[in-house]
Amino acid sequence: MKFYKTGLMMAVLATCAQVNAADLKVSVEIPELEVAEYHKPYVAVWIEDSSNKVVSNLAVWYDVDMRNGGGEKWLKDMRQWWRRAGRAMEMPVDGVSGATYGPGSYDMEFTAGKAPLSELQPGKYRLRVEAAREVGGRELINVPFNWPQNNPVTFKKQGSSELGTIELTIKP
Amino acid sequence: MKKNLFKPLVMGALLVGTLSVEAHRAWVVPQETQLAGEGRWVAFDAAVSNDIFVANHAAGRFDDLVVLKPDGNTGKIDNLHKGKNRTVFDVELDKEGTYKIFVASTGLRAMWEEDGKRRMYPGRGEQYTAEGFAENVPAKADKLSVIQASRRMETFVTLGATTDGTLKPTGEGLEMVPVTHPNDLYAGEKATFRFLIDGKPAKGAELTAIREGTRYRNSQDEITAVADKKGDVSISWNGAGRYFVEVEYQDDKARKPATERRGTYITVLEVLPD
Repeated sequence: MKFYKTGLMMAVLATCAQVNAADLKVSVEIPELEVAEYHKPYVAVWIEDSSNKVVSNLAVWYDVDMRNGGGEKWLKDMRQWWRRAGRAMEMPVDGVSGATYGPGSYDMEFTAGKAPLSELQPGKYRLRVEAAREVGGRELINVPFNWPQNNPVTFKKQGSSELGTIELTIKP
Repeated sequence: MKKNLFKPLVMGALLVGTLSVEAHRAWVVPQETQLAGEGRWVAFDAAVSNDIFVANHAAGRFDDLVVLKPDGNTGKIDNLHKGKNRTVFDVELDKEGTYKIFVASTGLRAMWEEDGKRRMYPGRGEQYTAEGFAENVPAKADKLSVIQASRRMETFVTLGATTDGTLKPTGEGLEMVPVTHPNDLYAGEKATFRFLIDGKPAKGAELTAIREGTRYRNSQDEITAVADKKGDVSISWNGAGRYFVEVEYQDDKARKPATERRGTYITVLEVLPD
């Protein structure tokens, strides 16, 4: 009985997905900091599967405009991102890399089946947001989630130093 | 004795150079081990000093260091400067991948007595050569002992993605074959390294790893481990930092005329926070 019900729901879901593509919204807050010397942080936002494999790079904010790619020097300070994805990437990446931001909340929206979510198969994942700031600290926040979702859902995590509120909203 | 048994004689200098200060630790420390971007330089400190990594004893002799580039070519030690207690130098990373900065040597050491006096070959400041050995060491002598000794000191830095080309063993002396890449070490993750003696598993090799900053704590807090029958050693780190790692191996499977085989392996590894 239960199996039948799940099966039915899956079928409904599949139909919906075709009509109305699911989407994923990420909101990243960069906090205001009372420091003598402030540099906007480098931030990377990506999705890893349960075996720590990067399935999607959503954003990399760094000093893209420095001469001779000079801003790439500090990409490795986002250590986990560097290890999992960055070091094998050729920067900059269209639609992924961009300039750094100061304090504020920044929303990004992505559509299922389209880049950079094209590789996102149903399964268990975690959204990872890593920030590293010159003469400052580093913070990594993980937001676990299942993909896709049957109902709209928002996951929320609070950073404590280099990041503020991280929100992940998934719509079926 | 076959001449080609101990081929890398060019690199023999350090064996003698550092054997005389065997009681002290020698190390080569990169300022950074994982780098991003293009055309980077890494600065290195090298010294002979028991305080990890405080250069307060002797500058050592590091002129024989070799830079092995990701493409298999030899790179350059630049701006080598020898101070009173420390040697410094730079290495340019002009290609993506993993670089190995190393010095390795193998050779024979003999000790014996002549007319009640202790003799040894190679002598202090002397370099081992097969010819020199044949010339100086008598076939029979009082308390004659011949040791087949190898020594390797190395460290690794990576520009961009890690590569494995420079990590291949040569089959000579005590060597480390990384199971976990040496530039992919994180505090919360176990790392595994395989040790080989003349290309075979160095079962029983004893590893000691000490995290930097001993000056700011009241104990060495060393990690010790023994290689299993595959030569494997697994390490759980004592937190992030650079580690001085020393491995010692000893057995009696020496090539004649040696009766004892010894290997020393030293590396400096950087472990990053998770």
